[in-house]
Parts: sequence; C-alpha cells; structure tokens
Amino acid sequence: MSPLEWMAWTTPTAIFFAAVAAMLVTMTLISLRWPSLPRKGVLPMPTTRGERLYIGLLGIAFIFLIWMGLTDATLAGAAGISLLWLISVLRWG
Amino acid sequence: MEKTKNNRAWFLVLPVVISVSFSAIIPLMTVVNYSVQDIFGPGQRVWVGKEWYVDAVRDADLHAALLRNLLFSFEALLIEIPLGVFLALRMPAKGKWASLALVLIALPLLIPWNVVGTIWQIFGRADIGLGGYFLNSTLGIPYNYTLNARDAWYTILVMDIWHWTPLVALLAYAGLRAIPDAYYWAARIDAASNWAIFRFIQLPKLRGVLLIAVLLRFMDSFMIYTEPFVVTGGGPGNATTFLSIFLSKLAVGQFDLGPAAAFSLIYFLLIQVFSYIFFTTIRNIGRGDTA
Repeated sequence: MSPLEWMAWTTPTAIFFAAVAAMLVTMTLISLRWPSLPRKGVLPMPTTRGERLYIGLLGIAFIFLIWMGLTDATLAGAAGISLLWLISVLRWG
Repeated sequence: MEKTKNNRAWFLVLPVVISVSFSAIIPLMTVVNYSVQDIFGPGQRVWVGKEWYVDAVRDADLHAALLRNLLFSFEALLIEIPLGVFLALRMPAKGKWASLALVLIALPLLIPWNVVGTIWQIFGRADIGLGGYFLNSTLGIPYNYTLNARDAWYTILVMDIWHWTPLVALLAYAGLRAIPDAYYWAARIDAASNWAIFRFIQLPKLRGVLLIAVLLRFMDSFMIYTEPFVVTGGGPGNATTFLSIFLSKLAVGQFDLGPAAAFSLIYFLLIQVFSYIFFTTIRNIGRGDTA
C-alpha cells in the first residue's frame, strides 16, 4: 500500500487539483506581467482579475450542483452553461 | 519619494502557507477524493463519480436541515441585533458602572460552547432545572424540550440569544463610544428628540459595526453545532438537526464517508459564499459614503 493511500487519490481528482495548481501559477505569472487594478463591472463591488476568476469558479460549482439537483441529463450541459458564465464574469464582472 | 519595490516579504508568509496546507488543504483534498468514491476500508474503494453529489443535492432531509438552519440564523439575527443595540444604548457610558456593565454583559461570551449547552440542558429540565420547573410548575405552561419540537427549537434559540447578544451589544457599544460629542451637541441645539438622535446620528454611525455583527452572527449560527448537540442531540425527531449535526451524523455516526464528504464540500461552498461576502463587505467599509 502506497504511503498516500489514506488520501485515496484517483486520476480525475489528481487532474482536477493539478489544474487548480496550474491556474494559481498562471494567474500569479499574469499578475506579475500585467498587474490588475480593481474595476467596477456588472458585479456590485469592484473586483480584480483574480476575484472575478474566483467568483466564476464558485459560481460553476453551484451551476453543477443545481444541474445535478434538477436533471439526470449529462453534465455536459452544466459544463456549457458554466463556460458561458465564466466568460461573462471574467469579461463583464 | 522613490519607493523601492521588493516583494520578497511575501516569503514571510511561507510558514503559514505550510502549516495551513497540512491542517486544511491536504485534508480538503482528501475530502474531495473521498467524495467521488465509495470507501470500504484502507485500499478498498470504488469510483462512483457524481453519485454522492446527486444524492446530497436531492436529499430531502438535507434540504430540511438547510432550511431549518437558515430559519434559525434568521430568527437569531432578528432578535439579537435589535436587542444588542438596545442594551448598548442603555449601558452607562462612563465611570465604574460602565466597567461593571461591560463585565456583566460579556460574561456569557466567556463560557465555552459545550458548557453553555450543559447549563441550558439542566436549566430547561422540568424536574431539577430552574427554567423548566418555573414554566411547568409555577406558570403551568407545559414545557419539555426533549419531547416537544417547538420547545426544543425555542430552547436552542433562547440559548443562542443569551450566549451571543452580548457580542452584538459590545460591538454596538464600541461603535457608540466612537461617535464624537459634537454630533450630540448639534442635536441638542436643534432640540432633536431621542428617537431622532438614534435614527439620524447613532444608527448611521453604527452601520459598520452592525454589518460586522450581522455577518459574524450569521456565520456562527449557520455553523452551530455544539450547543444543540449537547442540549437536544438534534431532536426530538429532526427538529433541531442543523447542517453540522446532520453532517456529523452522516460521517461519524454512520461512517458514510463518501456521502459525508460530498455534503461537506457543498457545505464548504456555501460557507465560501458567505465568507466572501463577509470579506468583501468588511474591506469596502469606510470607502465611499459608509460611516
């Protein structure tokens, strides 16, 4: 039994966390190259680029949960809505 | 003036990052891993994908617990905030009585959660508890928090009000003391009534602290666990089963690690939303026209 067995890793979750880590690194690099100032968009408060990403991702989690609660259809639908949501928040948030 | 730009100070937060990663991030990753699998034991697990999430978001008991928790938080806020402000307005501003009032008001805050639960569990008993005996035998009102769902609910609510109104009162008190006397002088020149002083000077000036009080109290009551666990254990039936009690029954009671993990992540997401609102609000206090 591997020493990490207690964490019960699976390939999909490993990919998920690798993506999260990659996102953090990418956002850091982007911020170093093009620093982001808070700006006011559709959202009620001024947000920086990172905050808009955070709000977008948090929203995606809820879109998936609501989708799973309402329908048995494939998660691809939720993924499509999520993509639109994420782009809108990043662009106009 | 020329400012040197040096971001190396960020390395000073490294110890915190390391300790948080062990105390929070690694366990959280494990919970995520658990939430997509059925765990039988060490080395024995089956991939189930979204199944636990689907179960959780469609669980009627969970919906009931969520609504119950929101209702509880709402009722607690509705009573604690006005009551706390009222107490703060009544407390003496200066002198030895002010210190005495502060200490007396702060007393319930010093008591650990489980002791608060134990105090109220005994206090509410019909045979030996002062409160329960008084209601049943002296006033003749049938009251039993172990049998009657409504009694249990009000016991927990009153206990929370007793425990946490002092926090609101202290915050409001601090906010009131921060209002310069000049405002009151101006009000006196205008012959303003007490109500007008409260409505147009004190309340607007308290806006910041009250916002913090509302958010703190909301977060705390939304995560309430120890007190109802000690007093009612979530019962009778499900009457006081709040989210955290529901979760611990699932995880520790039944050892359903997968469903419990999926549910705790949903709970975590909800808390994330409230924390973010909390964070954003506090950061924006003092900007613009806020008092």
